[in-house]
Amino acid sequence: MKIVVLAGSVAGTKTRTVAGYTATTLAESNPDHEVTLLDLAEFDVVHADGRNSLDYTGDTATVVRAIMDAEVLIVASPVYQASMPGVLKNVLDLLPSDGLRDTVVSLIVTAGSVRHSLVPEMQFKPVFSYLRAHVVENSVFIEDKDIHRGEIIDDDVYLRIQRLIEDTLTLSEVHAEVRARKDAEYGF
Amino acid sequence: MDYHFNSAKGLEFGLYTLGDHLPDPHTGERIPAQQRLREIVELARLADQAGIDYFSVGESHQEFFATQAHAVVLAAIAEATETIRIGSSSTIVSTSDPVRVYENFATLDLLSGGRAEIVAGRASRVGLFELLGYDVADYEELYEEKFELLLQINENPVVTWEGQFRAPLRDAVVLPRPVDGRLPIWRAVGGTPASAVKAGRQGVPIYLAHLGGPVSSFKQMLDLYRETARESGHDPADLPVATAGFFYAAPSSQEALRDLYPHINEGMKRTNGRGFPKQSFAQGVDPRNVMNIGSPQQIVEKILYQREMFGHQRYIGQMDFGGMPFENLRRNVEIIGEEILPAIRKYTRQEEPVR
Repeated sequence: MKIVVLAGSVAGTKTRTVAGYTATTLAESNPDHEVTLLDLAEFDVVHADGRNSLDYTGDTATVVRAIMDAEVLIVASPVYQASMPGVLKNVLDLLPSDGLRDTVVSLIVTAGSVRHSLVPEMQFKPVFSYLRAHVVENSVFIEDKDIHRGEIIDDDVYLRIQRLIEDTLTLSEVHAEVRARKDAEYGF
Repeated sequence: MDYHFNSAKGLEFGLYTLGDHLPDPHTGERIPAQQRLREIVELARLADQAGIDYFSVGESHQEFFATQAHAVVLAAIAEATETIRIGSSSTIVSTSDPVRVYENFATLDLLSGGRAEIVAGRASRVGLFELLGYDVADYEELYEEKFELLLQINENPVVTWEGQFRAPLRDAVVLPRPVDGRLPIWRAVGGTPASAVKAGRQGVPIYLAHLGGPVSSFKQMLDLYRETARESGHDPADLPVATAGFFYAAPSSQEALRDLYPHINEGMKRTNGRGFPKQSFAQGVDPRNVMNIGSPQQIVEKILYQREMFGHQRYIGQMDFGGMPFENLRRNVEIIGEEILPAIRKYTRQEEPVR
C-alpha cells in the first residue's frame, strides 16, 4: 500500500517533527507498505491555476502525483489564522475536485493552544470531504508545548499517533475490501 | 445562416474522435500512429457508407494523441467519403490564427463539396499554450478574441479588425470562400453554465459535450443557452444545438459496459489524470443518464428521450477512445446503420423546421 505523510508547512519544525515521527513509525511497523514523507518545505510548488493536474511540471507535478497515487494520506499541519496554511491549501487546489477519491486521509494538527482544537474539524475536514476522501473520524491535535527541540515530549501524543495509525490502516483495509466487493458485483 | 439541417430527416447522428492514441488496456499495446490515423479515416469511410450524418476529428497536442493536424486528417476523410458532413471536435482557436483556421476549413469545404463545419473550442489541457507560444494566463481572452475574429471572417469576405493577440487586419480578403459563402461555426461548450451563457450571448450554435450524468442537468444548460440567446436578441429557433458524448452498442447493456469500461477508465487515467468511477459508469446504462451505452434498443430509447428533453438537431457519439480495437468500431457502425439510424429517423423526422 502506498502511504504518504504530508508535512503541510514550509516554516517551523513542529509539523516536520510529528510528520517525521509518524512516517518513521509507520515504515518500521509496516515494512510491506511503501511510506513516503513529503515535506512541502523541500519542494518548489507553483500556485494552482486551475489547469489539469497532469499539466503541472517539476516539483509541483511530483507532489501532485505522489498525493494522487497514495492510498493513504496522513496530513500533518500547523494552524494558521484559524485554518490550514496557504501552502497546504494551495497543494489541495492543484488536485482535481475528485483528487482524493478512494483515499483515506487522516489529520495531525499542531497549534499554540487548545483554543484551536476544533480547527481540524471545522476547517480541514470539509476540504478533504469535498475532494472525496474518506476522512478518519478522529484526528490528533498537538499543542506546541508537547514538542521540544524536534522531539515529542508528551506520552499521550505518542499513544494518540499510534491509535491514529491503527485506525487509518484499518479504515483503508475496510474500504479496499468494500470496493473490491462492489466492483465484483458490477460484473464488468 | 444555413446550418444544413433537414427537419424532414429528423435528428442527425454523427461520430467523433478526439484522435487519442492510447494503448489497448487488455494488451497494453499501442498501434503505430500511422495505423491509428488510417483507422480514423477508415472509420469515417464506413460511417459514410452506413448513412451516418456527420464525422468529426479533434485537435489535442499532448501525449497520447495523434490528430494534432486535425484539418489534414479531415482532408483525407473528405477524399475517402462522399456525403457525410465533416468537422472538428474541436478546433482550438485560442492557439491558432483564425485566418489560417478559416483558410483550412474553407479549403476543406471546397474539396468536400460543401461538407465542412468548424467547432471551436478552447482546450481542456494547457500544454499546447507553451508548445505553440502562447501564455496560458490569457486562456479566456485568447479564445474570446480569436473566436470573434473567426466569426467575422465567416460573415465578411473583407475584414478590418484589430485585437490584442494578432496583428491588425486592414481590408483583408480571406480566401478561399466556402461553397455556400459561409461555414457552419459552432461554439464548443463543456460542463460549465458560464460557457453556455457566452454561446447564447453571441447567438452562435452550441456543441455541448457531456461525459456522463443526468440528462436533466444538461437540459438546464441548454435552457440557459436558449434563454440567454433570446435575452440577447437572437431567436433560439435559428440556433441549432448538438450534443456529444460516449456511445457504445452491444447485444446487451452488460456486454456494452464490459467492452467499453476498461478503455474509458484506463484512457482517462492517462489523458485526464483520473479514471472513471465504476459506480458512475454502471449508471451509464440508465435511461436518465446521458451516456448512450447499452443494447441498440436501449440506446434508441435514450436518444429519443434526450431529443425530447434537449430539442437538439444532432447527436454525435465517441466510441473509439482508449485503444478500442477497430473490429469493435466496425461492428458498432453496422449496428448504427442497421438498427439505430432507421429507428431515430423514424421517430424524429418532420418536426418543427430549424433554419
